[in-house]
Amino acid sequence: MPNYNLKINGETIAVNADSDTPLLWVLRDQLNLVGTKFGCGIAQCGACTIHVDGKATRSCQLPVSMIDKEEITTIEGLSKEGKHPLQEAWKVVDVPQCGYCQAGQIMTAASFLKENPTPNSKEIREAMHGNICRCASYNRIEKAVAIAAKKMS
Amino acid sequence: MSTKEKNITFSRRNFLKTSALASGGLLVGFNLFTACKSEVKPPVDIANLNFNDFNAFIKIANNGYVTIFSPNPEIGQGVKTAMPMIIAEELDVEWNKVHVAQGKYNKKEYTRQVAGGSQSIRFGWDALRQTGATTKQMLINAAAAKWGVEAASCKASKGIITNAKGEKLGYGEVVKEAAALKVPENVKLKEPSEYTIIGQDAINVDVDKIIRGEPLFGLDYKAEGMLYASVLRPPAFGQTLESFDDSEAKKVNGVSKVIKFGDKIAVLGSNTWAAMKGKKALKAVWSSDEELESTEEHNKILTNILDGKEFEIRREDGNVKKAFKEADKVIERTYHSPFLPHNCMEPMNFYANVTPAKIHLVGPIQTPQWTAGRVAKLLERKESEIDLEMTRMGGGFGRRLYGDFALEAAEISNVAKKPIKVVYSREDDMTDGIYRPAIKYRISAALKDGKVTGYHLKEAAINGNMYDLIPNFFPAGCIPNYKVSTQNYKSKITTGAWRAPYTNFLAFAEQSFFDEIAEELEKDPVKLRLELLQNVKNTSDEKIEYSGSRMENTIKLAAEKSNWKENTAGVFKGFSAYYSHNTHVAEVAEIIVKEGMPVVTKVVVAVDCGIVINPTGAINQIQGGVLDGIGHAMYGDFSFEKGKPSHKNFNTYRLIRMNETPKVEVHFVKNELSPTGLGEPGLPPAGGAVANAIYKAFKNRMYNQPFIKELENNKEKVLS
Repeated sequence: MPNYNLKINGETIAVNADSDTPLLWVLRDQLNLVGTKFGCGIAQCGACTIHVDGKATRSCQLPVSMIDKEEITTIEGLSKEGKHPLQEAWKVVDVPQCGYCQAGQIMTAASFLKENPTPNSKEIREAMHGNICRCASYNRIEKAVAIAAKKMS
Repeated sequence: MSTKEKNITFSRRNFLKTSALASGGLLVGFNLFTACKSEVKPPVDIANLNFNDFNAFIKIANNGYVTIFSPNPEIGQGVKTAMPMIIAEELDVEWNKVHVAQGKYNKKEYTRQVAGGSQSIRFGWDALRQTGATTKQMLINAAAAKWGVEAASCKASKGIITNAKGEKLGYGEVVKEAAALKVPENVKLKEPSEYTIIGQDAINVDVDKIIRGEPLFGLDYKAEGMLYASVLRPPAFGQTLESFDDSEAKKVNGVSKVIKFGDKIAVLGSNTWAAMKGKKALKAVWSSDEELESTEEHNKILTNILDGKEFEIRREDGNVKKAFKEADKVIERTYHSPFLPHNCMEPMNFYANVTPAKIHLVGPIQTPQWTAGRVAKLLERKESEIDLEMTRMGGGFGRRLYGDFALEAAEISNVAKKPIKVVYSREDDMTDGIYRPAIKYRISAALKDGKVTGYHLKEAAINGNMYDLIPNFFPAGCIPNYKVSTQNYKSKITTGAWRAPYTNFLAFAEQSFFDEIAEELEKDPVKLRLELLQNVKNTSDEKIEYSGSRMENTIKLAAEKSNWKENTAGVFKGFSAYYSHNTHVAEVAEIIVKEGMPVVTKVVVAVDCGIVINPTGAINQIQGGVLDGIGHAMYGDFSFEKGKPSHKNFNTYRLIRMNETPKVEVHFVKNELSPTGLGEPGLPPAGGAVANAIYKAFKNRMYNQPFIKELENNKEKVLS
């Protein structure tokens, strides 16, 4: 199996994996970064969302061999001590029910707010529509993203 | 007063026991009564319980910190936050000094651990309050003894006991003495007006871990030397395994073993990807002795049942036959629901390590006790050899009641002689489901002199029939001649409970039907329901499950908050009200029309769940339930062709997404009645409210779910 040097959450980490292994499973099974969740395996639900050079990407469809010098950020590395404005807003609004999809939701929102720091409600709803929340905490996710946007801008 | 309004009470004597801990501190054992069926009653012999019969504990440490071991599995319904709030209220400690730990399953210590049926809070209410209050009294008694004063002259608040002289002792300073005291009886509980924690927002106790991505869920669990197992199961219901070739699977890097068990084949690998790849490389030949089932065939069978005469009578009042014979007009409508998969975001998974000494099981499960028993039976082992740990669950919705995945894990580990974790892919999860069964309802009403004089509901279901309580839900008791008949067809397709079992679709059918009755009688739909409820308000029928007056208040609140009588151009409103899982709910859905299709923009919900323990959690549950109900009514479509499921993943199976969700506004009926559950009751009325709003916009009744298919089928009519 080939070796890869990955830049994850600011550290360079050597991993040994089959070239077609999705980054999701490298993160979860090899590196114990289990905050990135498995939901569908076909980039349809957003539970596995990470950042590749700051851009929201589905790690379940990203083979480890496709990554070169890109900076990977997972939920564990989004902020120090979980204090990203989105994480703070998630607490203020009390978003989670089961909580399983929320890391992916936060990662999608964090990337989106970099591109569009002052979104309106419609833009938030469109940007977040790729992330499924089976508990349907959508009203609160929408509210939390709006609160974080205000705080960040 | 109907049976459901009475408080669940039991003897307070000896209902809890205390013990000093070797590590310092006080341990209090008490009992929670939770079960998935609401008819489960607390045992009468509570006075004879010994310490091992308790299923929940609180520990008060020397530093005054309180740990509550919550025995109830958390599936996202918020009980891990709400239940300890009740204890903290009566114990009078600061909420931020309370820590909640998920209890391990232990047959001796936890006798009833189930998450299901929205019953945790309802059955826990009395026990939790009494535990808190009794423990507080013991701490006061201990402090009073230390001071040599009367306990009655001391007070406790926020974890500190104060005597008449103003001297203070923290709870932690008297725990040792309190542990040796006799448990006081008949301790006075607080009045609702004295509450400082109950009724205040408390955020989800696991929120920090969730937003930081810390390990919490079954899929996150790891053990030394653990292998991952991906299981190939028959692709169609009714098939068996004829033969298989695993030569390619074994060539996959990381695959260590292939195990056949029953009609399934497990591929074991050092990581999830290897196991999944190995499974894909298996070549299996399947066979079946009988014709495999298809939805088209099911539809014919269910229609034949409705057309036939073979039914079980679930409730019958008055003379239904006569009422229909003498009616001015009879309305009859048939409603159809498809199968539905649960689609928990966290796919099914379970860890098992079966060794000669013991069986270690870890994972997301709604029924730890039942599952442990079944694993013991399957492996012919003693239940005492099983150590089962529950993790947080990435959704349940009923699917995690069944434990089939835990049995698979145990069986594979038993053969492999290694710790393993079964991991379902999304495809496995969606195609090896225990589905909400397809159901048809035929409802008929006899109308005479502007009134509903007769009502007959017939249910034809795949596998299951509505459980015994449901025939006594609204509108039972409102209509003098009333009948509920059921019949089912036994299918090989596995079916089971799905969030708000049966009523999730039944409420849509009945509440849509009432809209038609109202139209026929030229009555406002809200007014019709309020008129009907007058008949049940003073009922002496103990079987009636809901309260006429509580339903009336709930309906009135929804009508008021939604400005039901006001019309806005281009906005169409639909009304629905239902009682399920001991909670009364009324909903008004608003839709607009965009490109010829309905868009739900707002839902106003009124809820009577008694005292609201944790408003933020309660609103979250209702919002989620309503959106879940709308999503599945609008889009949920699942069928079978020759035993094979029609969808495998989210690329074709549609779940509601954020850009399709309305704002859900929640209002609670204010009263001081015992609290009831909220995980399920918000869902059932949602489909009916939307269907009735669609009718106003399109003049097109929804008889089949999902609505988008129904609207598509009627597009010409809709657009004309």
